[in-house]
Amino acid sequence: MEMREGLDFRKVIVTIVMFAGSILFLLPFIWMLVTSFKVESEVFTYPIQWIPKQWNVIENYKEVWFGQYPFTTYYWNSIKVGVTTTLLSCLVSAMAAYGFSKIKFKASNFLFLIVLITYMIPGQAILIPQFILYRNIGLFDSHLGLILLGSFSVLGTFMLRQFFMGLHQEFIESAKIDGAGHPRIFWSIALPLVKPAVATYAILRFIWTWNDYTNPLIFIRSDQLLTLPIAVQKFTSMSGEFYSLIMAAAVSAILPLIIVFIIGQKSVIEGIALGGVKG
Amino acid sequence: MGQNIETLTKKPPAAGGRKAWSLQKGETLAGFLFVSPMLIGVSILVLIPIIATLVLGFADWNFVQGWEGIRWVGFQNFINLLEDEMFIRSVRNNIIFLLTVPIYMLVSMVLAILIDRYVYFKSYFKIAYFVPYVSMTVAVAVVWQVLFQPSYGPINEMLKAIGISDPPKWIADPNFALISIMMISIWISIGFNLIIYIAGLQSIPKDLYEAADIDGANGWTKFRRITFPLLSPTSFFLLVTGIISTFKVFDIIAVMTQGGPIGSTTMMVWYLYDTAFVNLKVGYASSIAVVLFLFVLLITLGQWFAQKKWVNY
Repeated sequence: MEMREGLDFRKVIVTIVMFAGSILFLLPFIWMLVTSFKVESEVFTYPIQWIPKQWNVIENYKEVWFGQYPFTTYYWNSIKVGVTTTLLSCLVSAMAAYGFSKIKFKASNFLFLIVLITYMIPGQAILIPQFILYRNIGLFDSHLGLILLGSFSVLGTFMLRQFFMGLHQEFIESAKIDGAGHPRIFWSIALPLVKPAVATYAILRFIWTWNDYTNPLIFIRSDQLLTLPIAVQKFTSMSGEFYSLIMAAAVSAILPLIIVFIIGQKSVIEGIALGGVKG
Repeated sequence: MGQNIETLTKKPPAAGGRKAWSLQKGETLAGFLFVSPMLIGVSILVLIPIIATLVLGFADWNFVQGWEGIRWVGFQNFINLLEDEMFIRSVRNNIIFLLTVPIYMLVSMVLAILIDRYVYFKSYFKIAYFVPYVSMTVAVAVVWQVLFQPSYGPINEMLKAIGISDPPKWIADPNFALISIMMISIWISIGFNLIIYIAGLQSIPKDLYEAADIDGANGWTKFRRITFPLLSPTSFFLLVTGIISTFKVFDIIAVMTQGGPIGSTTMMVWYLYDTAFVNLKVGYASSIAVVLFLFVLLITLGQWFAQKKWVNY
């Protein structure tokens, strides 16, 4: 198309129009952020005050974080469940991916087919038996139960298997000749080589776990074990008409993840584009 | 070639003469060890539950009755589903919701072409449009709930300001609630589709466009003859994942409308949740789960057959 020659006038125009469009697109987030800084009486003044007249930042956020529904607890729960699920899921997925791609053994294809089949099952279709199972084996209303539910994602296996298959078999063979067993090869040769892929999957898994609403809704009962999504919902119904507080809660729940995403955006976007993955 | 079997099995290595055989045995054992955590997890948490769902679909059972209360009723649940107005409404809403898929695909495709070819600061745009997709649906839904507030919410204030004296009540109005939720869903889904489309665009060879330029093709012809057909595998993938994801819509309904007002936004997963965990009718809810599973399975199988016909590779 057009050659490289300084600023292209048409491109500048499109960029400006698209920029305006993106601001419009992000307006709900901007409104959320601005509202969380306001005093309650100014939330619905019209025309909308995009810069608050009266700032109430500290009071709003203090109420959200240390008030009746203390977000500090929920944050800690979300971080704990998110990090543990991510680590466990990465390990289990990477091991399975390595096993399915780098070890030739009987039944490998058959077992992989089983894994493939589970990929077609919508998570919500199995909630009831999972619930009954959890009630009976004592995993109901525990973080461990929540972590286990998120840790056996077939998706991670698919994604990482793709990358392991790209590794040359010679790496494995020469390590074997040197006397290394599969655990050694996996841990000190194969895994470091696919580190970028694992990182991508880890960020995605963390985002999905952080945002997960259904599992905590069904498998957690105790208030002190709640993770953020349910906490935001409870906080909202409790706070009723205090919209500035509700928005402060929403910002608290969304913002850290947007930051994680912006830092890791390259690998997240590449990973999504590469694997065409969907949470 | 002494493979370090001990670390894997804690068994003494086999005698020298049967080395090849024991090597293979070691490989098999290592293979099983590596895939077993995933297999065990998936079997207990997914495979056994889906079988249980299929079985429970034929039962009349309530959580509080205990195991003795279970009654086998054959296809009765499924027959009842056909006459259950709320279920039919849920399926109908699910089908209406399918409309969101081509809409956000089209918007994403246009945005992807613009971002890929015609703008500066590409990565800003990628991030900006992706933000709703990575944001917690619950929090986003809460924000929209306030934005859509009928009497003093910002959206209706704006509409009143530009002269619409009687703006819709959005999620509070049975005629608008589903459309409102569909709009939010489109807004959330654009980011994901956009990223996949950009990746698809980048895989189209540049010399095709150069050749078209030499032939004097205009922008529209290039889009119709090159971009659109070569994006068809991407579009197909997005169509299938998009359709499947509409069958899983739940968070946004649970937070914003709880299926209301008067059942206007009930969808299959919401109805399943409501039946199982609010009304505790486990057997009946399982039959809904079976139908949901069949829908998704049908689409996945349909994808395999359609792929050959429709996609230009």
